[in-house]
Amino acid sequence: MTSDITQNLDFAHSPINQALTPERKIELFTQMVRIRRFEQAALKYYTGGKMGGFLHLYIGQESVAVGTISLGGADDHFITAYRDHGHALAVGMGMNECMAEMFGKQTGCSKGKGGSMHFFAPDKNFWGGHGIVAGQTPLGLGLGYGLKYLGREGCCLCYLGDGAVNQGAFHESLNIASLFGIPVVYIIENNGYSMGTSQKRSSAFNGCLAQRAEAYAMEWDVIDGSDIYEVRAKTHIAMERARKEHKPTLLEIDTYRYYGHSVADANYKKYRTPEEIENYKANHDPIVTFQRRLINEGVLTEDQAKEINKAASDEAAASVKFADESPAPTIADISTDVYWESDNDTPASKIGHHFFND
Amino acid sequence: MSRTLTYREALREGLDEELARDPNVVLMGEEVAQYNGAYKVTEGLWKKWGDKRVVDTPISEAGFIGMGIGASMLGVRPVMELMFWSFHSVAFDQLVNNAANVRYMSGGLCSCPIVVRGPANGGTGVGATHSHVPEGLFAAFPGLKVCAPATPADAKGLIKAAIRDNDPVYVMENTMLYGNTGEVPDPADGDHVVPLGLADIKREGSDVSLIAHGRSVIQALAAAEILKDEHGINCEVLDLRSIRPLDVDAILKTVKKTNRVVLVDESKPFGGVSAMVAMLIQEHAFDYLDAPIKRVCSIDAPSIYSPHIEHEQLPNPRRIVEKVLTLG
Repeated sequence: MTSDITQNLDFAHSPINQALTPERKIELFTQMVRIRRFEQAALKYYTGGKMGGFLHLYIGQESVAVGTISLGGADDHFITAYRDHGHALAVGMGMNECMAEMFGKQTGCSKGKGGSMHFFAPDKNFWGGHGIVAGQTPLGLGLGYGLKYLGREGCCLCYLGDGAVNQGAFHESLNIASLFGIPVVYIIENNGYSMGTSQKRSSAFNGCLAQRAEAYAMEWDVIDGSDIYEVRAKTHIAMERARKEHKPTLLEIDTYRYYGHSVADANYKKYRTPEEIENYKANHDPIVTFQRRLINEGVLTEDQAKEINKAASDEAAASVKFADESPAPTIADISTDVYWESDNDTPASKIGHHFFND
Repeated sequence: MSRTLTYREALREGLDEELARDPNVVLMGEEVAQYNGAYKVTEGLWKKWGDKRVVDTPISEAGFIGMGIGASMLGVRPVMELMFWSFHSVAFDQLVNNAANVRYMSGGLCSCPIVVRGPANGGTGVGATHSHVPEGLFAAFPGLKVCAPATPADAKGLIKAAIRDNDPVYVMENTMLYGNTGEVPDPADGDHVVPLGLADIKREGSDVSLIAHGRSVIQALAAAEILKDEHGINCEVLDLRSIRPLDVDAILKTVKKTNRVVLVDESKPFGGVSAMVAMLIQEHAFDYLDAPIKRVCSIDAPSIYSPHIEHEQLPNPRRIVEKVLTLG
């Protein structure tokens, strides 16, 4: 648990946050608002039947993706699980390509082949978007391994939910990360629930989930996700440890999701009380708290905040229009992006049959 | 000029040449470095190439295979040893959901140039948990490539092709072949690479086609000699070498030549490699068949331990001969 000392610290004064210009602060605020407006639009059209599959909303957790990814340099890489819209927008992916992906359109970031859970943008150091709980944690380890192998000074931020901490692949990853000295920072986005099962009913732990790192001789910390300054200050320390010392860290960021595990989670109001949700909205919502903070700092005005919200809503609405009007993949598209040789029509692709259709 | 090498030495030579050719190639796995490999395939490579290029991992297949997949997306080319392919089950999510799907799910933006290699065979008295033959299993996942060399020359040529491929290639070796010897082209005569997807006639014949891969090729060749000597039946033996991509043309060509076919496959019968091959033959060469397609697979049960009987569960020359004689 966060210590009393930590609770009394004002992370706005940490050097990494003091270095933020007013413009950059507004940019971070804008990114958080854009994620929320994007997802609210997605929810509307998911409910309206425009998308298939699942929709895992990030609403309430925006400070995590925006705060941590804002610390990334040219050789820092990111990978997450299926609740990936926030990270995608935070690394700089456009609303259009993301919304079109959810609509299953050819113009989507994965050409409509991945869907909501599988966004990728390698050009922005974003490696997904992975559907299996904790399945991405060894990949994050590998991105860190690759950076070290290739001699680049960077690190990998690998995100997971609190429901992922009991998967074997995660523990294998922690062991190897510490054993091999891999520049990876594991970030547990603890929203309190692994699907519909509360943390208390799913995990055995001392103090907090991150403390499990001690078993692997790894540094750890706990962060209040309602304060983006704290998110940045503490994550920065972990990233520097990874980049400079090749040492991994396990961070746990306390956060909250307003909605269910996915929109298909019909019970999301049953395993939580209305009071719990309302308390979060009023006192811990990272956008509400950051907006209040920036207004107090004189960086932002109420009117500006409204404008930012309006612009984000308009952008999201435009992305819906773009997605809706985009073409669907063709039947021929089903068979591309399976093998590199086939896609590149190489001589090797002509040797033997790669596909076995009727 | 060719030299005589063991299958194990040929694999090692292929790995060594690829380590020299591409600085991004890295070998990793359990006991591959300081211990010189559980089956000595990587013997001497750690001493020659050092800690960076030949890496001992903990017994943690999901961890290190997933790590290799992640590193491969950044351009590293990991060649990961499974001490036994039977251990695929503890890394299945990584081998399938991540390696096979990442190109597709990213709309072609991510590549996963990994090799996973190791022995995949029964016959060594290690029981059901250590005797899996999963080439058909993995070939069933689009996005993956699978090969199973039978000879030293093919072992070297295929491992080199696998390492150079930009997609995940799963190389199924065989502990019972590691000590077999055979002619392997001299490196001085040029780069010996066997392309994936190219089958090879290991024995010309006219009466019956025996289609096999891996150690079953060796068993089929032995059966062919018995059939020739004792029954006057002249078998052709086609070695698939690569399971996916699969040389369908070579399969159809030999069937059209002999009009009779027995598929020899160490897989269990349900959905094994031979089940797919039989489907292709009936679809594309039905009118050329003078007899039903027959198979010799492993007997359909978990792999038995007993050294007294284990060889009878697997395809062997006696079982192949008997099956060929039923063709009439």
